[in-house]
Parts: sequence; C-alpha cells; structure tokens
Amino acid sequence: MTKFNIIVLAKQVPDTRNVGKDAMKADGTVNRSALPAIFNPEDLNALEQALRLKDKYPGSSVTLLTMGPGRAAEVIREALYRGVDKGSLLTDRKFAGSDTLATSYVLSMAIKKLEPYDIVIAGRQAIDGDTAQVGPQVAEKLNVPQVTYAEEIISLEQESVKIKRRLERGVETVVSPLPAVITVHSSAPPCRPRNAKLLMKYKHSRSVSELQDLSEDYLQLHRDRPYLKIEEWGASSISADEEKLGLSGSPTKVKKIESVVFKAKESKQLSSSDEDIDSLVKELIDKHTIG
Amino acid sequence: MNNVLVYCEMEDGAVADVSLELLTKGRSLANELNCGLEALVIGSELNGVENEVFSYGADIVHVADDKRLDPYSTLPHAKIAEDLFRGQKPVIGLFGATSAGRDLAPRVASVLKCGLTADCTALEIGDHVDNKTGKEYKNLLYQIRPAFGGNILATIINPETRPQLATVREGVMKKEKVTGNHKGEVKKIDAGKLLSDHDLIVKLIERHVEPRKVNITNSSIIVSGGYGVGSKENFKLLFDLAEVLGGEVAGSRAAVDSGFVEHERQVGQTGVTVRPKLYIACGISGQIQHRAGMDQSAMIISINDDPNAPINRIADYSIIGDLNDVIPKMIKYYKKNSK
Ligand SMILES: Cc1cc2nc3c(=O)[nH]c(=O)nc-3n(C[C@H](O)[C@H](O)[C@H](O)COP(=O)(O)OP(=O)(O)OC[C@H]3O[C@@H](n4cnc5c(N)ncnc54)[C@H](O)[C@@H]3O)c2cc1C
Ligand SMILES: Cc1cc2nc3c(=O)[nH]c(=O)nc-3n(C[C@H](O)[C@H](O)[C@H](O)COP(=O)(O)OP(=O)(O)OC[C@H]3O[C@@H](n4cnc5c(N)ncnc54)[C@H](O)[C@@H]3O)c2cc1C
Repeated sequence: MTKFNIIVLAKQVPDTRNVGKDAMKADGTVNRSALPAIFNPEDLNALEQALRLKDKYPGSSVTLLTMGPGRAAEVIREALYRGVDKGSLLTDRKFAGSDTLATSYVLSMAIKKLEPYDIVIAGRQAIDGDTAQVGPQVAEKLNVPQVTYAEEIISLEQESVKIKRRLERGVETVVSPLPAVITVHSSAPPCRPRNAKLLMKYKHSRSVSELQDLSEDYLQLHRDRPYLKIEEWGASSISADEEKLGLSGSPTKVKKIESVVFKAKESKQLSSSDEDIDSLVKELIDKHTIG
Repeated sequence: MNNVLVYCEMEDGAVADVSLELLTKGRSLANELNCGLEALVIGSELNGVENEVFSYGADIVHVADDKRLDPYSTLPHAKIAEDLFRGQKPVIGLFGATSAGRDLAPRVASVLKCGLTADCTALEIGDHVDNKTGKEYKNLLYQIRPAFGGNILATIINPETRPQLATVREGVMKKEKVTGNHKGEVKKIDAGKLLSDHDLIVKLIERHVEPRKVNITNSSIIVSGGYGVGSKENFKLLFDLAEVLGGEVAGSRAAVDSGFVEHERQVGQTGVTVRPKLYIACGISGQIQHRAGMDQSAMIISINDDPNAPINRIADYSIIGDLNDVIPKMIKYYKKNSK
C-alpha cells in the first residue's frame, strides 16, 4: 500500500468576518485582542483534504506547520483533535513583521526539514492579510509545481496527483507530478469536527513554552506521554538565513493604515408614498440620470 | 528599460478588460514617472493583439505566441514573465487579480525576490522618508489595499526592491483608450527557446469555462438586490426595473450565496467593483465589503425598510419602505413621467 508524507500549512487569524465596533481603536488601527483568534477558514478545507488522503492511504502521515506567536499552538491542537499526526509551531521574534515573501521562506525551510515529503496542502487565502500569495511562493521556494484553488484532490499516486480546480467561471482538472504545493478553495468540503477520542488523547498537549508555566504534574504527564509535546522551531532549528526573515526579509513595508470610515453623504430621506416616488423619478429624469 | 510593465491576460480571444484597465493606469503612472509603458501578452494565436494594446497606450508589446501557452498554466507563463522582467527591469509590474493573475504574480515575485501587494484599490506615486534611517525615497509606488476583511485600508510601499509588483481587481481602475493614433513596437518572444520540458510537467486534463454572460461593470445604471429581496423569484422585480431603465441587475454576496442571482453579478470586495451613473440598492444593508464595490457610483439610491441601515449613510436618496411596494411604484412613475 502506498503511503504519503503530507504537510498542511495553517495560520491562526483574527476573525475578521464579524468585526464589531469595539474591534477598531480610536486611532483607526485594528484591536486584534477584541477579535477571537481562529483557525483560518480555508485552512480547515485544506486540513480536510489531507485527512481524506490519510483515510484513503492508511499509514500516511499528516504534519501541520503554523508560523505565529506562542498562542498559535492552539491551531496545532485543533488539528490533532481532527486527526493529524503531529505539528510544529514556527515561532521566533525574528519572524515578526514578515510579509508573504519572508513567511513563505520560513515555511519552505521548515518543509525542507521534513523532507522527504510528497504533498504540501495550504489554504487559498488567509482572512487577515487576504493576499493568497503564500501558497504559490512556498511552491516557488521549494522549486515544485503549484496547483491553486483546489476543490477536490481526485486521486493521488506514487508520483502524481490529479486535482479539480475552481476558476472564476468554471473548473479544470490537472495532473501534477509530486511533490507539489496545493492551495485549497473554500468550495472544497468543510472540515470534519473534532473527534472525541482524539480530543481526550491530545487535550493536554502543550508547546514547550506553554509548559513552562505549568505544574509538575503536567510535566510528569508530558514525560510519560511524549506525543503530547508540540515542538517549537525557531530560526536556527530550520537553518534560516536571518537576512531573509522578518522585516529585513520583507520587501513590502506598511506605510500607513487607516480604518475605513464612512464618508457620510447628505442623504435625502423619502417615504414609499406615491408622491415621494413620483417626484424622485421626475427629478432623476430632469437631471438625465435616467431616461 | 525601467518602464511600467503590464501582464495582459487573454479572455475569449481578446485582451481581458482588467488588463486594459491596467494599461490605462499604467499609462498614467508612466507619464508621471516620465517613462514608457510595456505590455506582455502570453497565449496562442495572438495575431493583431498589438493594435488593441497600443490603443490603450503601450509603447512596447512583448508577445509570446505558442499553442502550449493557452490556456493559462503557471509554470510556462511564469518562465516567460520571469525572463522578461529580468531583461527589461521594469520599475513597476501590474497583474490582474484574477484566477490567473493571483496564481502567477506571487510566483514571479518570489523568484525575483521582490514585494507584491495584492488587490490594490488605488495606485499612486509618492515619496517616502524612512523614520529610522532618515533615508529618502523618491517616486515610490503607493499601493493602497483593503485588508482585515475590508475593515482597514493599508498603504504599502517597496522602498528597496524593484520591480514594485501589484495586483488589481477587475473594475477597480477605469479603462480609457488614449487619444490619437498611438503606435508602439512589437517584440516577439521566442517561447520555443525559453520553455523546457520542466515547465510543461503539469498537464491539463479537462477544462470547462463558461464565456462571460453578463458584464455589469459596463452598465451605467445598476439595480442591485440583497438578502432583503427574499427569493430568486422576487428578483424578477429588479430585472423588471432594470429593463425599463435600461440597466443591469447586480447583487450583494448574501443574495449570491442564497442563490438569488449568479456570482458574476456580485458587487463588492470579493465581487466586482462598479461605478455607474446610478446604483439602486434594494434590500441591501450596506456592509463595508459591499460598499467597497459601489461607493464610487455617481448617485446612490437605497430602498430599505430599516431607516438605520448603513447603506442610507452613503446614499443620495434613501427610500424607507418595503421594496415590494417601492419598486413597482418606481416602474409605474417612470413609465408615466418618461413619456
Ligand atoms: C494590513 C496588511 C496588509 C498586508 N498586505 C500585504 C501585501 O500586500 N503583500 C505582502 O506580501 N504581505 C502583506 N501583508 C503581510 C501578510 O499578511 C503576512 O505576510 C502573512 O504572514 C501572510 O500573508 P496572508 O495573511 O496574506 O496569507 P495568504 O497568502 O492569504 O495565505 C495563504 C495560505 O498560506 C498559508 N499560510 C499563510 N500564512 C501562514 C502562517 N503564518 N503559517 C502557516 N501557514 C500560513 C495558509 O495555508 C494560508 O491559507 C499584509 C499584512 C497586513 C496586516
Ligand atoms: C472577507 C469578506 C468579503 C465579503 N465580500 C462581499 C462582497 O464582495 N459583496 C457583498 O455584498 N458582501 C460581501 N461580504 C459580506 C458582507 O459582509 C455582508 O454580509 C453582505 O453584504 C450582506 O448582504 P445584504 O446587505 O444583502 O444582506 P443583509 O445584511 O442581511 O441585509 C438585508 C437588508 O435588507 C433589508 N430588508 C429586508 N427586507 C426588506 C424589504 N422587504 N424591503 C426593503 N428592505 C428590506 C434589511 O433591512 C437589511 O438592511 C463579505 C464579507 C467578508 C467577511
């Protein structure tokens, strides 16, 4: 039976889909702490594709990589509850301020550490940075083909993968040799829920830094069950060139950030009465807006 | 050399609208920077494509014409783009934020090790002083884009690296032919020489792409419906109004997600951007992501039964009432008054 080494890339993001008033600070910047941190939605679609491959090819392994601050360990736990075998948290002050080029460099170096791998599966786009650039850039850095906007991984063979892609006005099916980087579109099936057994198994899983603040009982538990440990990799553990990290490795700089404010207009309020509609329509015709 | 370069995408045998919009923007940036405008067209059977590109202001068009280059596929297009960028060394490179452009541009940016800004809504030329080093930069490209789900607008610059790359969605920039009989130079790219087997390892098995049925970006009157319209059947009201006014029908994402109208008609951050003479928003609350696609309309009328709906704050006229009552009245009085 064929087995595959599958790597999933997932990002922890602020939930920008439900931004309330308290999420914007007076100076127009985003108050990240007012937004719940979640598993990036399309990365859940990506995770599901990986888990389906594991179901189909037992003995395959799924490893999750996430780059972020310490609290991003939560993304790895969520993935363990759903069936990944292990995960590593890429965390280092030197990674801070990375744009997509620096982010994809870090992810590609971490992937190289996991060689040999067969397939890397990412989400199409993260809902905070919203660029959809990281997947293709990781592929370029690994010098492997990319297949973006995957809706379904139709089949996986020893040396190739067949994928259905979602395009603006249609679909296409392509076959790519392995290894390859796939980015998954939100139209792919949603992720399975947490598995109760796995939740029990992994609920005490912690990263090295999280363990520092915990009691001796916890440390003992981790000595007895080494699978509970979430590895943390910094710049040196992935042999990264420091010049290519963080701000120095990021060609793009944010010059200015503004919150999107209403340019409230002086609006005329009308009722739905016949008189109001009649006079509005007349006015529009007179102004040559319509007619 | 050191010009502005636009990657032109082909759609149904012609240059895509988004690319013509970028040529128009590229022309004005080039004028401001006192440099030329170059276009790159990659595809198959491209005879005559230069005329269209020249009429939007390009001074040089690079054409890679080879049957293996159509339809779009990442690796061969990336190879040709990379080679041209290395040779021509443009200061700015623009791509449409389409399925193809958003697949290609990041790969090209990564191989050139330069910055790429996604989904820009404005591009301007400006200067910059680095706060830390005090170093001054002249004539940078200000790349202005929404992020955080549309809640913020960020101005992004690439001070040190060239080219400065950006993607822009369709409809965001205006397309305009240049006046007079603008002619440029055609430079053929020998694709056969550039492409190796390695660039052709991803094979296309099957492809179903529908031709574009509606193009709401070109319409001067848009009747747009939201979740408040209630059903696909009820959207007929909007089609009726659009027909008498000579406009097109559009929708919010909630209307599209509920299956009331096709995705091609979606206006907003993840749909198209429109700037018609008149935009009538029926049963649309006016969330930030929707407004991003229509707030440049010359006149906005909202029809909403909630006087506090955010759309009313950007509307020139807000009709507070039930759209099922208001729309038939608009049709009735239009017919009466237009005679
Ligand atoms: C307001 C704002 C605007 C920005 N604009 C730009 C810009 O225009 N250009 C630019 O280069 N950078 C930009 N950035 C920086 C960019 O957001 C970060 O580099 C970020 O780390 C990755 O980009 P993204 O969120 O767009 O991810 P995307 O490219 O949208 O993510 C695609 C996929 O890559 C994977 N992935 C992405 N990040 C990680 C991660 N940290 N760990 C694991 N997997 C990951 C996930 O599978 C994800 O679904 C911007 C940031 C902000 C705050
Ligand atoms: C990242 C991101 C991208 C997005 N992109 C887009 C996008 O491109 N385009 C987009 O539109 N949205 C987009 N959205 C979604 C957006 O946030 C809103 O959810 C959406 O625009 C709401 O659509 P709506 O106004 O039709 O529905 P609702 O918000 O439900 O509003 C319905 C309105 O109809 C009114 N109404 C109800 N019944 C009647 C009646 N009988 N007569 C008159 N009025 C009535 C109600 O008062 C209400 O104001 C995006 C969201 C995110 C997070």
